[in-house]
Amino acid sequence: MLVLDRVGKTYPNGVNALERFSTEIRLGEIVAVIGGSGCGKSTLLRAIAGLDRASYGAITLDGEALTAPHPKVGIIFQEPRLLPWLSVADNIGFGLSDVSATERRERVAAALAKVGLSDKAKAWPRELSGGQAQRVAIARALVVRPEVLLLDEPFSALDAFTRRDLQDHLLDLWSETRPTLVLVTHDVDEAVVLADRVVVMRPRPGRLFEQAEISLARPRDRNSELFETTKRRILTALDRSLDQAAPDPTAAAETGDALWW
Amino acid sequence: MTMTLDTPVESTQSLAPPSAARWRRWTRPALGLLLPLTAAVAWEWAVAAGWSNGRLVPPPSTVISTIDELARSGELFRHMATTLERVGAGFALGVAAGTVLGAISGYWGLARQLLDPTIQALRAIPSIAWVPLFILWLGIFELSKVALIAVGVFFPIYLGVMGAILSVDRKIVEVGRTFRLSGPAMIRRILLPAVLPAYVVSLRVGLGLGWMFVVAAEFMGASEGLGYLLIDGQQLGKPAQILAAIVIFAILGKTTDWLIEIAAMPFLRWQDAFAPSRGAF
Ligand SMILES: Nc1ncnc2c1ncn2[C@@H]1O[C@H](COP(=O)(O)OP(=O)(O)OP(=O)(O)O)[C@@H](O)[C@H]1O
Ligand SMILES: [Mg+2]
Repeated sequence: MLVLDRVGKTYPNGVNALERFSTEIRLGEIVAVIGGSGCGKSTLLRAIAGLDRASYGAITLDGEALTAPHPKVGIIFQEPRLLPWLSVADNIGFGLSDVSATERRERVAAALAKVGLSDKAKAWPRELSGGQAQRVAIARALVVRPEVLLLDEPFSALDAFTRRDLQDHLLDLWSETRPTLVLVTHDVDEAVVLADRVVVMRPRPGRLFEQAEISLARPRDRNSELFETTKRRILTALDRSLDQAAPDPTAAAETGDALWW
Repeated sequence: MTMTLDTPVESTQSLAPPSAARWRRWTRPALGLLLPLTAAVAWEWAVAAGWSNGRLVPPPSTVISTIDELARSGELFRHMATTLERVGAGFALGVAAGTVLGAISGYWGLARQLLDPTIQALRAIPSIAWVPLFILWLGIFELSKVALIAVGVFFPIYLGVMGAILSVDRKIVEVGRTFRLSGPAMIRRILLPAVLPAYVVSLRVGLGLGWMFVVAAEFMGASEGLGYLLIDGQQLGKPAQILAAIVIFAILGKTTDWLIEIAAMPFLRWQDAFAPSRGAF
């Protein structure tokens, strides 16, 4: 269980990027975080990843405090961030330096096959398309078998077709080991396709605004009526989060697992 | 009309792959050689035809026979070895000092604030200005020459290493952090490979300056070396010997530069520019 308890972050320049953010995320749950630009989504993810320290509050994974990068927590960024001097296979094996060479080779080969890039094992990152590079980044993060995988707008730089393709792909990969996924996205479609729960944040200071459980059966049909209705609800919540005058239901969320609608 | 149409058709056929790549590999250096070779042949011919006596600007054949004579007497090898030793020693010292100080300045902000202003101020001094001081301190023999070359080599290396470390992509460093690399592992697996391309460039710039400064060093009094051949040729009125020394300088400079490039190639294959199909060769 990943527990965030009144997490806050104030940057050295005084920006209050995140305030009193509390939630509990079950093992294997897929949580999508959406919200307007600058509402602290990346700040939240970087704090969970241990890349930046939260100024207040506590983040724990199964009771263990997360204050620095943790072996069970992986992160995928908006850009693939592949190491240009390593081949695709070596990039995927980058986090496996403590396993034997044979095991590493086997696991990398399996990961490559899973993301459908076996023929690119020896290629350089510069020879990949954007979508392929992001697949390699996904494989690199998953090959170390994290319990929690954080994704910060992982598909936002890709075209619509590639994005859909990778969303389905991510779900396939997730279903094998079922890690916890925390996915930041701007794409409501993406949130509804992937997530068990959608968290809507609001800015200045960044905080939790509303959350919604999505109980549609998988695989989800993007064209079904239920999908559309769910999407519309999230969009409405998103609109309200951007409306300065709207009352802030966050206080209620802290007292219980209250959900709206 | 038919003639002019025929020619391009033929040449496109001969350029068809896979011979096209081979064709280009040989034509590119050949194209580069065209201008100097034409000039050399033209000058040779002009002198042979009696349009010039070639005394101040000797024809290529004279330069070649001078090189040949120097080589036969064993003198050429002696001068080359001396100059190479000086460049080698100065380059090694300059690279060592530039790499260490550049790395320290790039890595630790405090060290940079302490060191960098002084080094930048020293850099503003034309290096040749040190010559009198070096001679007073180190004598007129090898030590002062090597010191001057080392000073010339030092600055590009220092700046190159520091700049390369400072410009390492933070985003890639974060990848290392998420995989919890230790300090040494971070240096070995992220920093070194990221810095290498810029380092190779600064080594090549440094070596070029090393060759420049060895001439200055050998001008300040030497009984051996290619720079001595230059001075000797000037004093005894032997332009062929001067040109011979210049040609040897060009060959040595290009060869040593090429050696660095070759040595670095296996490590830089990931870069676009170093891909074999588009490389400098
Ligand atoms: N390193 C930093 N130093 C100072 N302020 C920062 C820093 N990073 C982010 N901020 C500020 O914190 C706030 C939240 O930023 P954050 O990047 O978390 O937003 P976000 O929700 O991810 O936005 P986006 O959707 O545009 O990616 C913003 O106001 C931003 O300007
Ligand atoms: Mg962001």
